[in-house]
Amino acid sequence: MKKIVRIGAGSAWWGDRIEPARWNAERGDLDYLCFETMAEATISAAQVRKRRDPSFPGYDTYLDDRMQAVLPGCIKRGTKIITNQGWINPDAAAERIVYWLKKLGAKGIKVASVNGSLITDRVLQLTDKILENGKPTSSLTDSLVSAEVYLGAEPIVEALKHGAQIVVSGRVADPSIFMAPMMFEFGWDALDHVHLGAGNGLGHLMECGAQVTGGYFSDPGFKDVPEPWNLAFPIVEVEADGSAVLTKVSGSGGAVNLMTVKEQMLYEVHDPANYITPDVVVDFTTSKLEQIGPDRVRITNISGKPRTPTLKVSIGCTEGFIGEDLFFYAGPGALRRAQLAKKILEERFKVVNLVAEEYRVDFLGLNAIHGAMTPKDAPEPYEIAVRVAARTKTREEAIKVGREVDGMAVSGVGMTGKRVPHQDRTREIIGVWSSLVPREKVVPSINYFES
Amino acid sequence: MKVMLQHLAHCRSGDKGNTSNISVIAYVPELYPYLKEQLTADKFKAHYAGVVTGKVTRYDVDGLHALNFVAEGALGGGVSRSLCLDNYGKSLSARVLSFELEIPDSLKPQLRGMP
Repeated sequence: MKKIVRIGAGSAWWGDRIEPARWNAERGDLDYLCFETMAEATISAAQVRKRRDPSFPGYDTYLDDRMQAVLPGCIKRGTKIITNQGWINPDAAAERIVYWLKKLGAKGIKVASVNGSLITDRVLQLTDKILENGKPTSSLTDSLVSAEVYLGAEPIVEALKHGAQIVVSGRVADPSIFMAPMMFEFGWDALDHVHLGAGNGLGHLMECGAQVTGGYFSDPGFKDVPEPWNLAFPIVEVEADGSAVLTKVSGSGGAVNLMTVKEQMLYEVHDPANYITPDVVVDFTTSKLEQIGPDRVRITNISGKPRTPTLKVSIGCTEGFIGEDLFFYAGPGALRRAQLAKKILEERFKVVNLVAEEYRVDFLGLNAIHGAMTPKDAPEPYEIAVRVAARTKTREEAIKVGREVDGMAVSGVGMTGKRVPHQDRTREIIGVWSSLVPREKVVPSINYFES
Repeated sequence: MKVMLQHLAHCRSGDKGNTSNISVIAYVPELYPYLKEQLTADKFKAHYAGVVTGKVTRYDVDGLHALNFVAEGALGGGVSRSLCLDNYGKSLSARVLSFELEIPDSLKPQLRGMP
């Protein structure tokens, strides 16, 4: 019988739902359950939090919830777990997972932590130019918060070879998390760009979870899926040649069809013939898709090209603050009152001498989302929220936005609706820039723990 | 007949820094040549005037009957520093749904969501 490896997704980002991960653990008959829990600024945000709160352990704040949901099912089935929930402290995450394993009475399970993606202390020596604007990375010296290299699948494969049943890492490229088990199970070499291209292509289809099973997809009357409140996370059944079937657990809502797979295949890849990952350059343009059954799409012929000599590094920097708030108008004349409110705010910002790099006042319901693209003849909405946002160097300046919206309560326009100003209406900006480091300068390390 | 793109194709947007990646995928292969011919990178940029400030590159994926647009300078300076309410630009792909194309009347049965 030909070998098939079943890999399921457990999350696509930090805030993702928990119960579809549990379904995959309990009903997915999985060999591997893989979690992706980061966005571009996740690590930098964790660094900022750690500075303010030394008791913050530095790993996924939902680690306990996720592990409690999936460990019983995974232990029962023997499903291995690969996850990047380690954030800035993979060792502590591994120890915490061991704690949960012991609590569940699972003895002798090996947990590996993958470190080495954090290069904050040497990023300025290792890098040259910022990819987005061509400036030297040294221009970020004063604002630098965190720098993380996107590691590939190799250190995870290494940990699996040493018997790890659970691998928890810091920053690893999203598709690599899903490809590592394929490399390990099928013995694909790290330089085998043919198989790695196929594998990382499949990893890309899995990394956004429900985005390939009917999430971020429905459009009533055009693209409908059953029970969109009940979406599962995907499962991929992979063969040794890198061909696969993408599916989901039965009894769930959503859909796996040619449309959901195509949308996810092209999602954020830029040039579909040259999707650069740490392990390989993926070419999706050769791929063949076939619906072979309900919620089953067969994927073949994703190809690959040799990996690049560099790895991408993500550099997080503090870049000031944003102040923002909302207030409301409704009924006949909502727009004319919103327009007067905008004029009042603009004058008030002069009076209080708001020092902002940029600010904008939008009419939510009319032009706050598509901005200048809003058609000139768009009909006047029945309700409008006036939304104001400013980007400033200091928090003191950002606070002025909310304070001026407070003033609109009794000193503003007739029939103004307002929120109670309980919440903080400022947030710190962590800008994210990219650069490249020579591959050989980054050497990951692995630590082992056991329950 | 003149028809809005939403009846020919579906789309999805994603982000990387200040760049938006918007895919346009034909519902059926027969409609793809009309997208490819009429929705050029220049026309796309013009349709996003005022929001997309940089270069637009179109990648054709004939095997998937899809076009992949990479629009630079589309996210108000970048996801983290953008003052736009939808700072990831996840709703940006919806704009292309209103792009108008000319197709033969004979293809009308292939269109989606027609009244």
